[in-house]
Amino acid sequence: MNIHEYQAKAILRKFGVPVPDGHVAYNSAGAREWAKRLGDGPWVIKAQIHAGGRGKGGGVKLAHTPDEVRNISREMLGMILHTHQTGPEGKLVTRVLVEKGCNIANELYVSLLVDRATSKVTVMASTEGGMDIEEVASSTPEKIFVETVDPLVGLTAFQCRNIASKLGLTGKLVGKASAVLLGLYRTFMDCDCSMLEINPLVVTDEGNLLAIDAKFGFDDNAMFRHPKIADMRDYDEEDPKEIEASQFELSYISLAGNIGCLVNGAGLAMATMDIIKHYSGDPANFLDVGGGATIERVTEAFKIILSDKKVKGILVNIFGGIMKCDIIATGVVAAARQVSLDVPLVVRLEGTNVEQGKQILAESGLDIVAADGMADAAQKIVQAVAAC
Amino acid sequence: MSILIDKNTKVITQGITGATGLFHAQGARDYGTQMVGGVTPGKGGTVIDGFPVFDTVKEAAEKTGATASVIYVPPPFAADSIMEAVDAGLDLVCCITEGIPVLDMVKVKHFMRGKKTRLIGPNCPGIITPGGCKIGIMPGYIHKPGRVGVVSRSGTLTYEAVWQLTCLGMGQSTCVGIGGDPVNGTNHLDVLRLFQADPNTDAVVMIGEIGGTSEEVAARFVKDYMTKPVAAYIAGITAPPGKRMGHAGAIISGGKGTATEKVAILRECGISVADSPAEMAQALLKVYKP
Repeated sequence: MNIHEYQAKAILRKFGVPVPDGHVAYNSAGAREWAKRLGDGPWVIKAQIHAGGRGKGGGVKLAHTPDEVRNISREMLGMILHTHQTGPEGKLVTRVLVEKGCNIANELYVSLLVDRATSKVTVMASTEGGMDIEEVASSTPEKIFVETVDPLVGLTAFQCRNIASKLGLTGKLVGKASAVLLGLYRTFMDCDCSMLEINPLVVTDEGNLLAIDAKFGFDDNAMFRHPKIADMRDYDEEDPKEIEASQFELSYISLAGNIGCLVNGAGLAMATMDIIKHYSGDPANFLDVGGGATIERVTEAFKIILSDKKVKGILVNIFGGIMKCDIIATGVVAAARQVSLDVPLVVRLEGTNVEQGKQILAESGLDIVAADGMADAAQKIVQAVAAC
Repeated sequence: MSILIDKNTKVITQGITGATGLFHAQGARDYGTQMVGGVTPGKGGTVIDGFPVFDTVKEAAEKTGATASVIYVPPPFAADSIMEAVDAGLDLVCCITEGIPVLDMVKVKHFMRGKKTRLIGPNCPGIITPGGCKIGIMPGYIHKPGRVGVVSRSGTLTYEAVWQLTCLGMGQSTCVGIGGDPVNGTNHLDVLRLFQADPNTDAVVMIGEIGGTSEEVAARFVKDYMTKPVAAYIAGITAPPGKRMGHAGAIISGGKGTATEKVAILRECGISVADSPAEMAQALLKVYKP
């Protein structure tokens, strides 16, 4: 789960991490009013969408008067912002963050994440703030510094000093940086983050540190213990089909192709997409119906797949384990009838009660193409879609 | 004939009075596994479908002689259940539960340091030595006793691989589902080491997916130390970056962990990588004559 920058900064403020004074606004008059209340300009107006690279797309602008704040906000609100992370369709800006500007002396980078190799929380820092960190990591890896956190003692003062020193900070800034790092670590742990990135963390002309941008990723599995964070979820930022799927405990991800997939198990679902591509087809989605797929869930899965107008055919690939093939077959038949399916449907069943499952499909009177094995299934659906 | 478990392994079920726990405990018992009891706090002293229930893992292990446990406890409590089993000194703990917070697992991993217990999972189908012992949710009948080891991050994709092997007459020594979470107890490398040392495993099928570097690390071990042939399949060639593909750990982040990158490294290390998931068993036959 992701949240907006203004929400991220509110959380950071609570944990004592310094962020610029600012406020979210939903209309241009509100933006002007907030600018005045924040005190003297200049102000920065930032479009609030869940994607990086906003500056280049015109989503971050500087204003010198409250009227200018209003005018810029008016242009930004309602615009479709395109960045390298939004995809070609862009994202609608419905809110802006109005912030006090600051005088930047130096830009740094800090992030925290769970390192899979060590199974520990890791702090990453770099002198190359404001840059694309992936690029820094590949071109100048020596400019990235890492401290691994012992789970028992947490991030220590000496580790903070190590990082500050490598970032070239001296004097009072060492203590200030340590306070920021400890605040970020507490935020990460207390909020069950999967990722927390401050890019840039700036040193101001006045010798202070400020988190100018903040990006959070939360561990979806831990949101049961963070209802307030879960409430920050902005459904407008997500694919409506993915939201609907999650309500039925279906794991669905929309892709660019035209062959819809309905599979049990995440690994097999990925493999099914891959084999479609292997036979020169193009998958329209990832969809895992899970282990306990009922007729209702299979029906919902069909509806979600078909609500994607790009879909020209559907491949069902089920390896029945605990989930029996006859139950799945009954679900597929019921679903196909209910949604009055009008695109080719190829079904591959394997596993528990496979013969009964195949018989149910054959006797349904529906135009269902049965397949033997994944290769046969993928070839059949690719051919069927190519033929329409 | 196997790694980690065999027909003598005694297993208890943590969360046995839940519908899922009981269902799979019955399934494992039907398969022939020595399912000797279960744990549900507060229900100690009762018996459910012939399984004695205990309040604590320690008590269950003492009274039944169990050396392994399988966990079906809901995600908010599962990390504690793992630690309880570790503290009771069991040899093997297999956690089926999906959805444990990753920071809980960071603590569990720390707690386990210096302890003898091996954790399989979480978020996994379990582990099976065909014909001997089944711990987990996999359908037993697709397996066949034999000499090919299988290790995988996925559930149904593992069944697919096992079924392909069985259909081509290649039985399995042990199949281990290590789970789809970013922080887990046992990785590909750990299992490959065990298979390499097992006199009754002749070849290995390794199934991986996008995210992390578990497969790459294992591949380097194959290149440097393994004398047994290894075939592999990596799922997620078509997965878009930044999207979690069902499993919590199946995500390409920071441009790292792509299937293409993994396949290239595996091939460099002499592993026979299947181009398509329909060809996992055939990929093994290219390097192994049963």
